[in-house]
Amino acid sequence: MYRYDKYDQAIVDARVDEFRDQARRRLAGELTEDQFKPLRLKNGLYLQLHAYMLRVAIPYGTFNGRQMRKLAHIARTYDRGYGHFTTRQNIQYNWIKLEEAADILAELATVEMHAIQTSGESIRNISSDQYAGAAAEELADPRPWAELIRQATTFHPEFSYLPRKFKIALTASPTDRAAIRLHDIGLRLVRNEAGEDGFEVYVGGGMGRTPFVAPLIRPFLPADQLFSYVEAVLRVWNRYGRRDNIHKARIKILVHDLGAEEFTRQVEAEWQEILPLAEDFPHAELARIATFFPAPPYETGLSDEIDLSDPDFALWVGQNVHAHKAPGYAIANISLKPLHGIPGDVSAEQMDLIADLAERLSFDEIRATHAQNLVLPHVRKADLYQLWRALDEAGLATANLDLVSDIIACPGLDYCSLANARSIPVAQKIAERFADLDRQRGLGELKIKISGCINACGHHHAGHIGILGVDRKGEENYQLLLGGSGAEDASLARIIGPGFSEDGVVDAVEKAIDTYTSLRSEGERFLDTYRRVGVEPFKAAIYG
Amino acid sequence: MKLLTGNDLQTGNVIWWTGSDWSRHVSDAVDVDGHGEAIAAAEEAARRVNGPYVIEATDTPHGPRPAHIKDRIRARGPSVRPDLNIKPADPAAGSWVI
Repeated sequence: MYRYDKYDQAIVDARVDEFRDQARRRLAGELTEDQFKPLRLKNGLYLQLHAYMLRVAIPYGTFNGRQMRKLAHIARTYDRGYGHFTTRQNIQYNWIKLEEAADILAELATVEMHAIQTSGESIRNISSDQYAGAAAEELADPRPWAELIRQATTFHPEFSYLPRKFKIALTASPTDRAAIRLHDIGLRLVRNEAGEDGFEVYVGGGMGRTPFVAPLIRPFLPADQLFSYVEAVLRVWNRYGRRDNIHKARIKILVHDLGAEEFTRQVEAEWQEILPLAEDFPHAELARIATFFPAPPYETGLSDEIDLSDPDFALWVGQNVHAHKAPGYAIANISLKPLHGIPGDVSAEQMDLIADLAERLSFDEIRATHAQNLVLPHVRKADLYQLWRALDEAGLATANLDLVSDIIACPGLDYCSLANARSIPVAQKIAERFADLDRQRGLGELKIKISGCINACGHHHAGHIGILGVDRKGEENYQLLLGGSGAEDASLARIIGPGFSEDGVVDAVEKAIDTYTSLRSEGERFLDTYRRVGVEPFKAAIYG
Repeated sequence: MKLLTGNDLQTGNVIWWTGSDWSRHVSDAVDVDGHGEAIAAAEEAARRVNGPYVIEATDTPHGPRPAHIKDRIRARGPSVRPDLNIKPADPAAGSWVI
């Protein structure tokens, strides 16, 4: 993984000092909250329902055991013993004191971490495929490209005061685990017939108040010209983005208003202006960054056989373990969705355990996923059983990856000052309703995503089944959406009718699933059946 | 009744105006009637509170009950982590969050 050089470290350390002084001035009354708020947001510090909340960046979701131990230490020392992995591959703490926030940033800086650009009108943490560098089907490890964009844009003055936040996702796999078409810019590494690498460029996707699936604006961008093209996209948006209206400021609105064709024309014209400036990084720089992402020193000659005589272990392997590109290795998913648990929450003790396991069994690599789970990307198949036993003892071996109980849920009204309704209790009730893992496996891949407000941090638009919490005359109410996907078959879920109470929406989800099981053809997922038969049978079953 | 609430500037803790100071317990909150905005402005200027605002509540035998669920959750803590909730002065108050 990428390691800071002296410049990176100096920048992050200086940022800590700067924030420490800003916080001191706020506490001393030299800054009002209106003055301080944009400064704290530039360092990932929000004020939420119960306390300040700190969001820590995990670039493209990759981190190591030492960093995880530091996250555990922060949870124990400065928070209440746990952290929450988010849908942006970050981690956030819910009980932070302003007077200690700079100390936390200083602790993070000692392990090459920070909270920069996890909030505010900036280019946010660049997200990527959690299986990057490990998946059998990927073209190449996409993380050097993500790191290059990160380096090229962090603190870049042109991108520091954007019309609104800006999210970039990048993958190198035909299987989209990064929801690239639901980002402001989505990038997929591809190879052309001449054997040259380039990117498919999607622009203008997003969820929130006005969801769009991003159109493809360039089917093949030579890889060496990635930064200049990203800059051209940002420059067109920076010029015409609606700074006068926060609800219309995201690039997706500009792309929609101009139309993809006109937007593309403007980007291409802008790009032609930029290209002579030779702003793209020399290939040697990408090669230098790529040296930080070498393939681990895999052992050779390993067997691919796994002893599956323990039935519980066999179930976990069948559900949570993914094929690895190296013979004898596997990708192990750690579900953070145990029954009765809170999606994405991990205790400090669990963090320490995962750090140990990563160091011993996965070449010291951990990945955070946008689905609020964790991954150990490089585990010898021969070590899977001891990994599973350790995870199981810690409550981390729920075999439900991509099943109905592997629910994405935002913090909702239990924590978030923007939320209108609680998300977590709904996720817990659905998981309890379908607690039988045999029943879950019988339903196949089924992605439920829950947001507590229209900002859609819980990705409800991308759920096979989405749930949106709203405030109806002071009461929590839940709208049901069907038919979304954040994967390579991206689509937006649609609201199917009037909303429900908390218990009512759980019943409605079960009716939707029962409708699927009664109508599905062989091999169909929920989403496949929904797309084939349409919404009407589901509406009829749910609303009568 | 009307209550004045906000977050402690230093800690971020949810706090309630008691008539002379701030308390972490909504049960200590008093009716600010029509004076909430003025108290809020003075207390914010004195850096004792961040983001103060006035809410509607009802008076119950167990103390004030915020009208909106968001403020009830603020008063008690996350409904999904009762172990982290503020313990009410009167245990009989029960869980009136929902």
